[in-house]
Amino acid sequence: MALINDGYLEFEELNKLQKLPSEERYAKGPVAVIECVQEIPCNPCEAACKFGAINVGNPITNLPTCSHDKCTGCGVCVSKCPGLAIFIVNKAYSETTATVGFPYEYMPTPSEGMAVSAVNRKGEVVCDAKVVKVVNPPAFDHTPVVTIEIPKEYADEVRSIKRL
Amino acid sequence: MLERDVLVVGAGPAGLAASIEAAKAGADVLLVDLNMKPGGQLFKQIHKFFGSSAHRSGTRGFDIGLKLLEEAKEAGVEIWLQSTVVGAFPGNLIAIEKGVDGGAKEVITLKSKKVIIATGASENVVRFKGWTTPGVMGAGAAQTMINVNHVKPGKKIVMVGSGNVGLIVSYQLMQAGCDVVALIEAAPKIGGYAVHAAKIRRAGVPIYTKHTVVEAIPGEDGTVCKVVIAQVDDHFNPIPGTEETIEADTVTIGAGLKPATDMVKLEKCQLTFNGPFGGFIPLHNDKMETSKSGVYVAGDATGVEEANTALEEGKIAGISAVESLGLISPKEAEKRRIEIWDRLEALRMGPFGERRQQEKDNILKEYEEKIGTAVEMD
Repeated sequence: MALINDGYLEFEELNKLQKLPSEERYAKGPVAVIECVQEIPCNPCEAACKFGAINVGNPITNLPTCSHDKCTGCGVCVSKCPGLAIFIVNKAYSETTATVGFPYEYMPTPSEGMAVSAVNRKGEVVCDAKVVKVVNPPAFDHTPVVTIEIPKEYADEVRSIKRL
Repeated sequence: MLERDVLVVGAGPAGLAASIEAAKAGADVLLVDLNMKPGGQLFKQIHKFFGSSAHRSGTRGFDIGLKLLEEAKEAGVEIWLQSTVVGAFPGNLIAIEKGVDGGAKEVITLKSKKVIIATGASENVVRFKGWTTPGVMGAGAAQTMINVNHVKPGKKIVMVGSGNVGLIVSYQLMQAGCDVVALIEAAPKIGGYAVHAAKIRRAGVPIYTKHTVVEAIPGEDGTVCKVVIAQVDDHFNPIPGTEETIEADTVTIGAGLKPATDMVKLEKCQLTFNGPFGGFIPLHNDKMETSKSGVYVAGDATGVEEANTALEEGKIAGISAVESLGLISPKEAEKRRIEIWDRLEALRMGPFGERRQQEKDNILKEYEEKIGTAVEMD
């Protein structure tokens, strides 16, 4: 398994371990993609979601599940996940582009409009990207959520940017 | 002679939690720590903690530390810093080398009815050619440099060890502006949480499993300038011919921790060896009492785990100490202990926790079989 041998998830692996949003749901706009696949004792994502979309329950080692129809893609859970394992993917951003929102705790914080290099789960640069949104209120406690625009075909692959 | 109801040794999460519980019940508590600041490792933990809402999960470690210090202050816990226990004598007497203003030390003998030992753990080392070269250090030391002292240990780091310490400190080194050029792990798979590994992979850190450090090569200035790594066989021996040389100025070693048992040895508490918990640890019962009556333990000193379990064990030790002082009823103490053990059980679930739960059960069982009831030794 790539995850425990090399430290990253192959998309196929993720698809087996977590329920991902359907293409119909993706077509409706931004939605949370939870990439938490190990049973560790952790549940802040559950309390973070005011729409009740995320469930961990008892015991707290359960994997979180997301009811994608309740999820609005607001991104609060992204900042609350201690594992930085939740992303917001919007495949309906435009005809040809999608956006990916991810937690970014490095300095400097990117700014809106900036041209950046998008990377996949292995840290490999896959395409150019543009920062379209940076959300960093005090409630996010220094975990800014950065959203970048990328060609649609990379939406399942891109999960961060090359450090600035 | 100075007298206190409870002496707590070590002001990390376990010691602070124990002190707060004991002081809130009305005990006179003295908390001693050898460092310049209380909080143990909490103030180095700039990441958001895992855990349940009951454990303030999603809160950064140092914020938990600040909260605990505030609670300790409110509860009236007296804290001596830069102070070390140097002797334990019959009659519940403890000698403490107390740090006083100006860096001087003064030896003070304290008579304490109860003692809670929360001394934490220390880092393991890995020996290889050049391991004493300046630039080779513990991952914990590097974490102290960046997160407490705001000094970068180097520019290009090779991290050894893929447990949570190795993974988290790698992430934090990058946050501090260093590059982690390789993470080396001798085992065939990553030891820590996958989410921690995933975030450093996304940041471009190559992870070499089944590899070890062979040599740290000093440059002209005598500090590390190159690091040689190699693949290992099934017995963790380097395979000749597989060496690779990496340009790096720092090697940080996150090869696990071992419980700090000097103080429990000083108190002549009975020890047992436990591999998964990191080495020799004191036997204790479900009140966190050792083989010696009135001496309690909590946190990493009882087996290496993490801050949440340390906090909970500290609470149990504090509650048990004030119960034996008669400050709370046995019924109340038992009720609270049961609640805490339930929370501990939740923290010790899943693939990363089950083993620790089994080992904890074994330790309690071994205590029953070998000791039964703690004895007065003085």
